[in-house]
Amino acid sequence: GWSSLSMSRFAPLLRTSWRLARSCGRASRSFASSPDIAVHPNIGRFSSELDLQFISRFDEPFLTFRVMDENGNILDPSLEPDVSKEKCQRMYKTMVELNVTDSILYQAQRQGRLSFYMTNYGEEATHIGSAAALEDEDVVFGQYREAGVLLWRGYSMQEMCDQCVGNRDDSNKGRMMPVHYGSKRHNFHTISSPLATQLPQAAGAAYAMKLQGRQACVVCYFGDGAASEGDFHGALNFASTLDCPVIFFCRNNGYAISTPIREQYRGDGIAVRGVSYNIRTARCDGNDVWAVHKIMDEARKIAISQKVPVLIEAMTYRGGNHSTSDDASRYRGNDEVSSWKLSNNPLARMRMFMEKKNWWDDQQETALRESARTAIVQALDQAEKKMLPPVHELFTDVYAQVPASLKEQEETLLEHLKEFGSHYPTVN
Amino acid sequence: MNLVGAINNALHIALDTDPTAILLGEDVGFGGVFRAAVDLQEKFGKSRVFNTPLCEQGIAGFAVGLASEGSTAIAEIQFADYIFPAFDQIVNEAAKYRFRSGGQFDCGKLTIRTPYGAVGHGGLYHSQSPEAYFTHTPGLRVIVPRSPYQAKGLLLSSIRCPDPVIFFEPKALYRASKELVPVSDYEISLFNADVVMEGSDITVIGYGAQLGVLEKACKKAREELNISTEIIDLRSLLPWDKETVCKSVMKTGRCVISHEAPLTSGFGAELAASIQKECFLSLEAPIERVCGYDTPFPLSHEKFYVPDYLKCFAAIRRCIQF
Repeated sequence: GWSSLSMSRFAPLLRTSWRLARSCGRASRSFASSPDIAVHPNIGRFSSELDLQFISRFDEPFLTFRVMDENGNILDPSLEPDVSKEKCQRMYKTMVELNVTDSILYQAQRQGRLSFYMTNYGEEATHIGSAAALEDEDVVFGQYREAGVLLWRGYSMQEMCDQCVGNRDDSNKGRMMPVHYGSKRHNFHTISSPLATQLPQAAGAAYAMKLQGRQACVVCYFGDGAASEGDFHGALNFASTLDCPVIFFCRNNGYAISTPIREQYRGDGIAVRGVSYNIRTARCDGNDVWAVHKIMDEARKIAISQKVPVLIEAMTYRGGNHSTSDDASRYRGNDEVSSWKLSNNPLARMRMFMEKKNWWDDQQETALRESARTAIVQALDQAEKKMLPPVHELFTDVYAQVPASLKEQEETLLEHLKEFGSHYPTVN
Repeated sequence: MNLVGAINNALHIALDTDPTAILLGEDVGFGGVFRAAVDLQEKFGKSRVFNTPLCEQGIAGFAVGLASEGSTAIAEIQFADYIFPAFDQIVNEAAKYRFRSGGQFDCGKLTIRTPYGAVGHGGLYHSQSPEAYFTHTPGLRVIVPRSPYQAKGLLLSSIRCPDPVIFFEPKALYRASKELVPVSDYEISLFNADVVMEGSDITVIGYGAQLGVLEKACKKAREELNISTEIIDLRSLLPWDKETVCKSVMKTGRCVISHEAPLTSGFGAELAASIQKECFLSLEAPIERVCGYDTPFPLSHEKFYVPDYLKCFAAIRRCIQF
């Protein structure tokens, strides 16, 4: 019977059983009597079924946490954001700067000034809302659509442009495609193109930080498509079994390039998977900057105080094309895009919130957009004027020190350039 | 000390001398399926020596993350045959971490240990030698020891080296190979090939468990044909010590290369092409490669498949008689 077994040892299993039983609507039956209890020497005990049923989902869907509505009204006074006017204005300012940066750099790619670009339209609140709830010592691993996190941390427009151009001031030394930002100074690991690889890395980094006694967590961003990669599974399972203080932050924007979520998964989004790994999980309205801010604030507290992982799923909408190599009108209607732009735009929602408080007006908006535009245009102009990184940087950082074999290859290039240098871009 | 004992001894020293060092992998908690991790969890605790879930891409990715935030990560992949799920993390991530960030971030404190090679009855998935997949990846170091003494010194160097290392352990030698190994802390350079035996007629090159096979073949050549062989253990396949190898071939004028892995695009191809380029005027015979056949590694036919000492002897003879 129940009493002969330690309740505490099996508490997690009991919870699971209860939840499954509840979802099947047969709670009383599952707990009927001792003959229903099966025992496994290692797994422990589990309650038996008398009626065989296959279940595919919990009865109750994952609810979406919201703080303000589409018009910027706080839904419940108890949820009023605990944020000063100054911080609020800075958050909004960063969202607008990101938005303006996107429009200028997107156009720059269209004009052939950049080889590639990816905008952040529609997802500004997920970046700034989450980043503003973090401390600088928290370590970020991203996918590629999280530039707002860097802007919030003080990464400058000049640094962004230098990276996108790949000039000699690019902190990646011109090696990576545009938008693959990274900055040690800002605790933001360099972006790489392979999707979801950063997830198990984030778990490992968090484990290292825990052992080092750092009072900080790791935040790892990824999209709904990346969550289909095997690394997602490995990462969540490792983070759970090894108790890593990492926050997995999924930007569910409805699409992975052209693939809608209907073709990406059939479960209840990404959030429901977190529960199956026994990870504390919550879902929020990703276009509601205060919902994102609150959820990240709580997640950080859990991760750091309990040294466990947290999964956040922020529901949002990819407002722009996937990238400059993509034309989204080939697979989704303009109605859909404009309805999001007009009725559920994270920037507009926050602006309405601020206007109701008299923290913002049209004049400030115009001034901000103009200054942001001037700043990014100037930064891009500057970036384009700078030289390429020196040619020898092609061979450095492959290893900590350049090995003899690579020195030899560098010498063959230099020898080659002596004769054919005029056919190559100017460097010094 | 046998080879697995030497590995175990090196791991004890590595964890003892570096408080940030962590050992992780499938079943390492109870000492590992080959006993390489014996007593480590008891000595250093579960937070530093622990089992992971059964997921190679997770192990590699997690270890990259550990190293990227300052921990020394020693990850075990249970068999080299099962390293392929981690291929993306190793090739696209670990190898490129430093380069792509302009040197801002790195995972140089990462070492991946894995048992490799023929074992008599391993079939397709407990016998492979996948080193050539990794030697094609700039940013990695690929190390293969041939004996207990080499294994300990090279592993300690690998763990402390500021680049990510794939460390292939010849599992056939785990218990079979025994020699005196200092219990003290010592390292062996990752830069230099080892001239195991000096000779003047022909250079014989190999690595890992194949060194024992080559030594036997060379003994036969010496005894039966009076051939003086110079045997080179590469030890480090990436980057490899071209200077030592080419100096030897320029002296002998002949060269046999041998590895267990399949012939086509095996590491022997890289060696042969480089030697041919550097030593063209010294070569008196075509470079011979004695390797596994271009088939999956078989079970019943293992003895026919492997580049055994007789096949190596025959190649040495062909090369001399050319």
